[in-house]
Amino acid sequence: MQHIRAHVLVCGGTGCKSAGSKEIQLGFAKYLEEYGLQNEVMLVETGCHGFCEHGPLVIVYPEGTFYCHVKPEDVKEIVESHLYKGRIVERLLYREPLSHEQVPNYSEIGFYKKQQRLVLANCGAINPEMIEEYIAVGGYEALAKAVTTMTPEEVVDEVKKSGLRGRGGGGFPTGMKWQFAKNSVSDKKYVICNADEGDPGAFMDRSVLEGDPHRVLEGMAICGYAIGADEGYIYVRAEYPLAIKRLRTAIEQAEKMGLLGENIFGSGFNFTLHIKEGAGAFVCGEETALMASIEGKRGMPRPRPPFPAVSGLWGKPTNINNVETFANVAQIIVNGADWYCQYGTERSKGTKVFALTGKINNTGLAEVPMGITMREIIYDIGGGITNGKKFKAVQIGGPSGGCLPESMLDLPVDYDSLIAAGAMMGSGGLVVMDEDTCMVDVAKFFLNFTQSESCGKCTPCREGTKRMLEILTRITEGQGREGDIELLENLAKNIKETALCGLGQTAPNPVLSTLKYFRDEYEAHIKEKRCPAGVCEKLASYTITDACRGCGLCARNCPVQAISGKIKEKHVINQDICIKCGACMAACPFKAITKG
Amino acid sequence: MKSLEDLHKLREKLKADIKLRKDEGTKIIVGMGTCGIAAGAREVMSAILDELAVRKLLNVQVQQTGCIGMCEKEVLVDVIRPGEPRITYGKVKPEDVKKIIAEHVVNGRIVEELVVGKLEQE
Amino acid sequence: MTMVNLTINGKQIQAEQGTTILEAARAAGIYIPTLCYHPELRPEGACRLCMVEASGARTLVASCVYPVSEGLVVKTNTDKVREARKTVVELLLANHPKDCLCCQKSGDCELQKIAADLGLRKIRFEGGETKAHTIDCSNPSLVRDQEKCILCGRCIRICRDVQGMSVYSFAGRGFNTIVSTAFEHDLKDAVCTYCGQCASVCPTGAIVEKDDTEQVWKAINDPDKVVIVQTAPSVRVALGEELGIPAGSIVTGKMVAALRSLGFDKVFDTNFSADLTIMEEGHEFIDRLQNGGVLPMITSCSPGWVNMIELKYPDLLPHLSTAKSPQQMFGAVAKTYYAEKAGIDPAKIVSVSVMPCTAKKAEAQREEMCDSGYRDVDVVITTRELGRMIREAGIDFAALPEEHFDSPLGTGTGAAVIFGNTGGVMEAALRTVADVVSGEDLPKIEYEEVRGMEETREATLNIAGKEIKIAVVNTLASAHKMLDRIKAGTADYQFIEVMACPGGCIGGGGQPVPVNREIRQKRREALFDCDRMSELRKSHENPEIKALYDNWLGKPLGEKAHHLLHTHYSAKVR
Repeated sequence: MQHIRAHVLVCGGTGCKSAGSKEIQLGFAKYLEEYGLQNEVMLVETGCHGFCEHGPLVIVYPEGTFYCHVKPEDVKEIVESHLYKGRIVERLLYREPLSHEQVPNYSEIGFYKKQQRLVLANCGAINPEMIEEYIAVGGYEALAKAVTTMTPEEVVDEVKKSGLRGRGGGGFPTGMKWQFAKNSVSDKKYVICNADEGDPGAFMDRSVLEGDPHRVLEGMAICGYAIGADEGYIYVRAEYPLAIKRLRTAIEQAEKMGLLGENIFGSGFNFTLHIKEGAGAFVCGEETALMASIEGKRGMPRPRPPFPAVSGLWGKPTNINNVETFANVAQIIVNGADWYCQYGTERSKGTKVFALTGKINNTGLAEVPMGITMREIIYDIGGGITNGKKFKAVQIGGPSGGCLPESMLDLPVDYDSLIAAGAMMGSGGLVVMDEDTCMVDVAKFFLNFTQSESCGKCTPCREGTKRMLEILTRITEGQGREGDIELLENLAKNIKETALCGLGQTAPNPVLSTLKYFRDEYEAHIKEKRCPAGVCEKLASYTITDACRGCGLCARNCPVQAISGKIKEKHVINQDICIKCGACMAACPFKAITKG
Repeated sequence: MKSLEDLHKLREKLKADIKLRKDEGTKIIVGMGTCGIAAGAREVMSAILDELAVRKLLNVQVQQTGCIGMCEKEVLVDVIRPGEPRITYGKVKPEDVKKIIAEHVVNGRIVEELVVGKLEQE
Repeated sequence: MTMVNLTINGKQIQAEQGTTILEAARAAGIYIPTLCYHPELRPEGACRLCMVEASGARTLVASCVYPVSEGLVVKTNTDKVREARKTVVELLLANHPKDCLCCQKSGDCELQKIAADLGLRKIRFEGGETKAHTIDCSNPSLVRDQEKCILCGRCIRICRDVQGMSVYSFAGRGFNTIVSTAFEHDLKDAVCTYCGQCASVCPTGAIVEKDDTEQVWKAINDPDKVVIVQTAPSVRVALGEELGIPAGSIVTGKMVAALRSLGFDKVFDTNFSADLTIMEEGHEFIDRLQNGGVLPMITSCSPGWVNMIELKYPDLLPHLSTAKSPQQMFGAVAKTYYAEKAGIDPAKIVSVSVMPCTAKKAEAQREEMCDSGYRDVDVVITTRELGRMIREAGIDFAALPEEHFDSPLGTGTGAAVIFGNTGGVMEAALRTVADVVSGEDLPKIEYEEVRGMEETREATLNIAGKEIKIAVVNTLASAHKMLDRIKAGTADYQFIEVMACPGGCIGGGGQPVPVNREIRQKRREALFDCDRMSELRKSHENPEIKALYDNWLGKPLGEKAHHLLHTHYSAKVR
């Protein structure tokens, strides 16, 4: 046996896998053997690093060299040059988008520098399919501590003291929730982990489950001990096959080691876990719908009270938290609430993982302390707007969140500030939009999502969001009427007041927040029949500029013969005939046609 | 696993396996430039790895580096103990490895006869 | 019972802990409009019409599901509440056909009433998309028009929770959500018993009884036809509700007069054939009891129930009495015995029946129901349809004189009239069985032991010195449980009565709406009044029945009876 001198960490997250990381892993295995390094270099498949934009990712330790966009044909070079000869393959290093500087080391990359990776600490750093690696970094210490040295009351108190709030939506204090469930008297209680991550573009829960599944199991077991439950369910969408596979492996390994099952750590505490695969309905992220789904019923929310803490799964007291919330628990128990409270703000403690998407350079997962400004997230971590465009808005909180404008960029990101600004934390989706975005179109996009994902049970959500969508659609098609803005506002207000569940109550948010911050865009659409961003096709008008050479290509490509003009003379578009298809613009070799 | 102690014992055992991913412990750096490899750096590297394995020195990181311009002194091996100066040994042969590890890496006594350079840590 | 104090609209009231704001408000005489709420179904809080302001709540709350608590302050009539309610109804109407005036449910429609009550004058979402579905009129009993469905889910809940059939469920998402049968099959291909409970709770015209009144009008106006009509026991205590007369009124005489005014040639009574059913079924029971037949024997008068056992428990069919239901016995006798006696060509007879039941429409169309040589019963209309015919004809029902049924199929005993409620068939049978077995005219008439409104009741009786254990079941959900017990061998009864609908035929799927426990109770009491007022209270004492056997049928279970009055069942696979 030789001393292992280097670790090659190949990212096995869903993003990198679909970019071909499996092949890369096989390549490493092959070339390490070819160079006789198989006994001194260890090959590890890890979970997601969060920097998916740059995948497939390979990190080589002990140097911590961070290779991105690795292709199978690069593997031989990494083995020969880096692992055999000790020379870093510079062309595969990460370059900062703004300074274009190469950054060899993982920890030096701007994307990671401002992050505070507590929940994601192990993601990308350990092999998620080996419980040994989790234990090696301190895993299951919290569970051991809780069940052998703390009473359930003490556990609940510690979580309360930590100020941890639900990471899946409303931000309800987790300790309080546990207390309610603990207070319910019953022969049977359940713990449920909500891993039905459904916001478009959000994938933090998936990454945690794929990259560090034991952290979630440990959090759930601690919760079970605290509230007096001996059984738990992880409700995870079937579209996350890798997460499901790793969860199954993790549960199996934990059971084998006696970390789940009967008499854990000799304390007399029993806890078993099941995985329930969801069919991917957005509404099943709502806790009562989720429980109905586990029970085998159609995923539809039911009115509360009674709250799940009193009557939940199969009528038994149940505590539901989402993946990220449970992933926070172990460190609170091990390090104490005081340690945890150093991160975050007065009323929003700890960190939050955001999924950065849209017109941003560094798309991916970023974990930041609560209270950081939106500007820091977007510019320092996210690397700014793509193609040097101007920032316009950021949609935060998923489809039920709100769109915040540039003036709100210095807003501290915490639960209460976001609500006050008309958005919400939600599960942490962050969609960045640049100047080319039409805000009415954006509102329409999100409303279309919530409308088609509505469970159809209550009238305001089922019928009301449909009517709102119809009004938005006609506005973007140039059919907006005087009074439409007021009608939207009135409907939105009533839906918020009367819808049955959180999905319906928050569905109007994208419309309300865009009306609040970008009302002029709505007015331009309705009154001037103009889309300022030039996005809404039916409002666009194409005109031929003086750059026209009279080649006639545009006229020949126009499907409705709306363009006329003599050869070698400037052509004109008849706006009454034009159907705004854009074929002329695409055909013009002189860029003489503008859209506006 | 039946107790907190069991978990701790297991963790101590497992910790070494991933130590590498944390920047701590003693580092041994082998010059693996073309010159180094020509002078037998691979053999020296193998000897180091074997010796570390025999002595179960899990706390030691082995890295390589390229040519540093002292080609005539290859094979070059640097040893850096935490908080101590970086010591460069020159013309290292595989048979020197046992001594360097026993004296310097384990006991902190520099093997003066092989030293070709010393660099204070910043 | 813990009581809590709360305030609704400034009024201090007390309510039992655990009740909802809606229940507390209604008890205090404060009206809150509802649509998806139904007093006998588990509240869902889905339609959001019953929204009120409640202290401590972030948004408006649905009063049908929100529990009362000490010190709660509720406002049911603020601007905010009224606007929210109007918006809800406006949204429902925006996706609902506007042809109210031509709708079968017009006048009984809850949505129509609420829109009128709320003073809705304009729908702001004109020109928007509305749902489009074809109408399901695949079966003889029920018509589903999903365009009129407001997705309140009452049909789903009653079918699942009260009837245990779960024919309907929600399908689809968002605006495309529908109430669907499995695989969106038509009802004829769904596991549906046609009991019509869904129609009786549907607030709109989305599920209604199949209207067969045109056929009746046509027959009446055909000079070549002799149109006879029979009326089921429970119709006489419910029809009044269709015509502005309070629930629980006995309108037998006016009903007969109305039927004559409508133009029926003869007005007969299903009570006659109910007595006939008891003669046959009673003797069948005695035979099974004495000769080792399959026990427990279960009654077969309720066609929704018969459909259910054929669909779901075919292996238990030997337990069903082979006696036809009173409707079908009447049909078979009318086109044979009566035709012969009155000298009418049976081919010219159109036999109409007025039933509390939608499943009766399907029963009359069963292939085997033509033992007379003709279709035994030609047209079945429900109580609701008869009400409509009377209104259509412009008959001033309240002003009608009381008239009597025609003879020879118009006399019924008190035993027959109680067929209309749960336990009635059992009691009627016991009255006859006890006399027949003992060979005496026993003084005991009323069997309190089998009466009640509970869904499953049981009693052990001494009948002519023999212990008999009986059970009475109503609602199909309870019937499922009973059949499961029979299968498991834990139902040691000799005789079981099953009726598909809550409370029996008085709560039938073709009865006037709205219906609830209180109304059913009133109809039931009226039936017992009819019984008490009857001179004859045992089926075997009915002189017309005696004459029928003496002059024509021979004896109960005899050959002719067997041919005309008994039937068979078979497993139905859908």
